[in-house]
Amino acid sequence: MRISLTVNGNRHDVDDVWEGESLLYALRERMGLPGSKNACEQGECGSCTVYLDDVPVCSCLVAAGQAQGRSVTTVEGLASDERLHPVQQAFLECGAVQCGFCTPGLIVSTHDLLERNPAPSDPEIREALAGNLCRCTGYEKILDAVRQAASQ
Amino acid sequence: MTSTQITSQVRIGDGRVGQSALRPDGTLKVTGEFAYSSDLWHDDMVWGVTLRSPHPHARIVSIDTTAASAVPGVSAVLTADDVPGVNAVGLEHLDTPALATGVVRYEGEPVALVAADHPETARRAAKRIVVDYEVLPALTDPRRALDADAPLVHADGNLVRSMQIRRGDPAPTAPVVVALDFEVGMQDQAFLGPESGLAVPAEDGGVDLFVATQWLHVDQTQICRVLGLPPEKVRLTLAGVGGAFGGREALSVHVHACLLALRTGRPVKMSYARDESFHGHVHRHPAWLRYEFGAQPDGTLVYGKADILFDGGAYASSTAAVVGNGGTLGLGPYAIPNVRVDARGVYTNNPPCGAMRGFGCVQAAFAHEALMDALADRVGVDRVEIRGLNGMRLGDSNITGQVIDSAAPVRELIETVRDMPLPAERSGAADIRELPGGVSNTTHGEGVVRGIGYAVTYKNVGFSEGFDDYSTARVRLEMTAGEPVATVHTAAAEVGQGLITVEQQICRTELGVERVVVHPKDTTVGSGGSTSASRQTYVTGGAVKAACEAVRASVLARVDVPECRLEGDKIVSAHGEVVASLAEVLGSGAVEETVEWRHRPTREIDPETGQGDAHVQYAFSAHRAVVDVDVELGLVKVVALDTAQDVGKAINPDAVIGQIQGGSAQGMGLALMEEIVVTDGHVRNPSFTDYLIPTILDMPPMRIAVLEYADPHAPYGVRGVGEPPTISSGPAVAAAIRAATGRALRRVPVRPEHITGT
Repeated sequence: MRISLTVNGNRHDVDDVWEGESLLYALRERMGLPGSKNACEQGECGSCTVYLDDVPVCSCLVAAGQAQGRSVTTVEGLASDERLHPVQQAFLECGAVQCGFCTPGLIVSTHDLLERNPAPSDPEIREALAGNLCRCTGYEKILDAVRQAASQ
Repeated sequence: MTSTQITSQVRIGDGRVGQSALRPDGTLKVTGEFAYSSDLWHDDMVWGVTLRSPHPHARIVSIDTTAASAVPGVSAVLTADDVPGVNAVGLEHLDTPALATGVVRYEGEPVALVAADHPETARRAAKRIVVDYEVLPALTDPRRALDADAPLVHADGNLVRSMQIRRGDPAPTAPVVVALDFEVGMQDQAFLGPESGLAVPAEDGGVDLFVATQWLHVDQTQICRVLGLPPEKVRLTLAGVGGAFGGREALSVHVHACLLALRTGRPVKMSYARDESFHGHVHRHPAWLRYEFGAQPDGTLVYGKADILFDGGAYASSTAAVVGNGGTLGLGPYAIPNVRVDARGVYTNNPPCGAMRGFGCVQAAFAHEALMDALADRVGVDRVEIRGLNGMRLGDSNITGQVIDSAAPVRELIETVRDMPLPAERSGAADIRELPGGVSNTTHGEGVVRGIGYAVTYKNVGFSEGFDDYSTARVRLEMTAGEPVATVHTAAAEVGQGLITVEQQICRTELGVERVVVHPKDTTVGSGGSTSASRQTYVTGGAVKAACEAVRASVLARVDVPECRLEGDKIVSAHGEVVASLAEVLGSGAVEETVEWRHRPTREIDPETGQGDAHVQYAFSAHRAVVDVDVELGLVKVVALDTAQDVGKAINPDAVIGQIQGGSAQGMGLALMEEIVVTDGHVRNPSFTDYLIPTILDMPPMRIAVLEYADPHAPYGVRGVGEPPTISSGPAVAAAIRAATGRALRRVPVRPEHITGT
């Protein structure tokens, strides 16, 4: 089937999509946007988090066809004019990135958190990011990054 | 020697050794542009999938691939019959078929491969492969593996390795004796980036493989053997690695993708889903441990005894080396005059086990630290004090008779964590997110008891027991657009830990340049050795430093002034005078040097006594855990998890702290929640729904004290960093739960029913 959607502000018409494909697969393998990650493809790790319209979702749990006519924002769409988004800059500077496989999902989730709550407490940060697994950092520097991004 | 606590973090500085330089791949990683192995793509590529055994032990009567091959879109279906070379891989023993032949020895063993134009097509075709199995009796209890009537997993017996250590009095006695049995469950590395890679067939009949891995050159050797090709036709390049933790030391997709690429003549991408990943790599060995300490009434150790059994699963992988670590390091960082240790690793029909962060020491530490607490309580000595009392010091011998010839600050480490501020006592209406059970709203504080636990450990750094453990570095210095640029090329795998940052920092320090290009990691340069055993900053760092020194010497030899140094684009004398510009000296040419660098040799241990200088360096850490336990429901919330660790020299302080925090989280995970549940040889929880790793809600704040007692034998005085925190954090958490509940808790992960006794 063909699906048409807007990703990071650009319209995409994608052909030959199999009905069983996830939005994650379509982004990664058909639209050249592999920034959203495939750590579990079971909706448990959050590495594939994207905005579907204005709602963060695990793109591995969304059928590609469900994105028909809708707007998707991925981690690739957060930086503008060659400048990192403050959330990205904070993750970079705070050492919140090691292997980095969780990073795209965490950045989208943090972006969403700060949109909703510009000054989150530590428990609020932890609750908001509880769906994003990281195996490298123990999360301390991720908390540092969120606090830094929130302060800007 | 100096001791410093790093309290403020220098983020960038001048990017030299000792500064918290930023990762060179960081921008790509935060923008989503970094190319991980599962992101690779090639024109005309097809997808490879693996058909795996559903049985833990069975004879393969026949395989019929006719129906699978007939599926439209399928370009190849391969079995063991299609292996052109020797159908055997393995890190220490060539016991693992690339594709099963005749028999399968564990659930999940690869049996056949399919390549197709869509991954779903390949998966559906794989289901149409008809394998006729004759199910065989499975050996799934490693404690029975060496019984005379146990089913044989391999024809030459079920023992992978047995080692014994005998030191001092063979029949020691002591006024105080404490003993316990302990059991450690099977942990998974749970790296987030799935096993994946892209194999591209080449015109010369060879193959180029882009893969996430830990040791390119040993991969290459194994792949060549299976493909029947020489090394020059099997070229590997490291793709982006999404974590490793030991789980990528053994092969996964490597050979399979190459086999399919050579058969189809097309690029082949393979990428495991998470459930397959749980079957597709080796795990941490489950272990059964029996320990006994004899001591004087004041708590001074007289003897230590240990009997340790590791379940190696169906294939050896690195089991022999895990036994070596469990044996030689298994009594912990204590000075013990009389020793009797037996460690064995056995084959079973359970999932294969191999390398994981902490490698043989993690399991032992749960036992020796629980026993040390039991001894402290028996003799009435404080649990911190008894560790200080028995802790190794510089100049002590360990249980293999090796003299510890650099810092062994056990007492300082354990006292440092003891003296850190404790978290505030709970009072009044607590935020339920900070209580056991969290937003499940299972308690508002009633039935919640706080406990504090301590643990110390030590771990060998680098490969041991006589292994030729080297790394190769090629460094090039040239002028580019009027600016000096160094290029550093090693094959040492960057898996997220920050080795490439360290390589840049060393080049900046030694060559005085700002710009350092990290060449892609590949097999066109000599081996970097494995990214494991906490060894890369030491060994590849040593190689890069040596290569830089060779480059520097070569450049300075061109100016006839003694004792000069490189600084930016100038050559400067000892008096600070500019002797020449680098542009004049280098012209349009480059200076390039390649160095193979080795640390001090280690030796095999004596097979009878286990005595010998088995290890090159030891790294020490201590943890203090504070937990709140809901003793009615058996739920645990870790409130604080604090570490003190000696790192010799922090090349990149921020990255060191990141390693310690991440390692602590993995140790805590094993203590509380992480276990691959295997029943009758079947993995019951191959998903992140059922195999739990700590989330940001589970992790507490972590204070880190970094000590820097330089090892005079190591480059810059470094000491390996990555593994110790994974070893001492779990036992500290377990001790804290014991302190809160009064339960013995002789098994990890600790489950709610162990706490409630129901």
